[in-house]
Amino acid sequence: MALDAPEIKQMILEILPDAQIQIQDMRGDGSQFAASVISKEFIGKNRVQQHQMVYKALKGKIGAELHALSLQTSAPE
Amino acid sequence: MTTSVHDRIKNDVTADNIVLYMKGDPMFPQCGFSATVIEILNYFNVDYTTYNVLSDESLRNGIKEFSDWPTIPQLYVKGEFVGGCDIIREMAANGELIAHFESVGIEPKG
Repeated sequence: MALDAPEIKQMILEILPDAQIQIQDMRGDGSQFAASVISKEFIGKNRVQQHQMVYKALKGKIGAELHALSLQTSAPE
Repeated sequence: MTTSVHDRIKNDVTADNIVLYMKGDPMFPQCGFSATVIEILNYFNVDYTTYNVLSDESLRNGIKEFSDWPTIPQLYVKGEFVGGCDIIREMAANGELIAHFESVGIEPKG
């Protein structure tokens, strides 16, 4: 079962409710997504920790149902 | 069993300055994300050691647990996990990666 962009967005929002998320299905077939996530929760965290928070939100689906997610994270300006 | 894989990884990532866990090898990366990190390391002209997770299933799973990171490639510098493809690409583009190499005493090959 492949995930679609709105499902991915919803899963991230459950863990990071304030997040501004932009998500793109790179090939239009659900095999590769690119997401940009901005959240206050990222303040004081390094990039590895920020990405880990998003991966946790996606509950192990990366590498399984979600083959590839290119991720860019940041705290609000 | 898992413990011994973790011990091996801990050993390997501290044995060399720059260690990349990837799919395939530097000549023939088996995935675009691994290929991107190889290109970046070659561009900065630094020495690195790679391990092919495709040839070792226990390593493929073990490295994900070791770093609490679900994807390959994974780059380690001086034993510390620095990031996967997206982070390395971002750090290469904004100058952070070369600054990080310099800060830990890693220099381009002469």
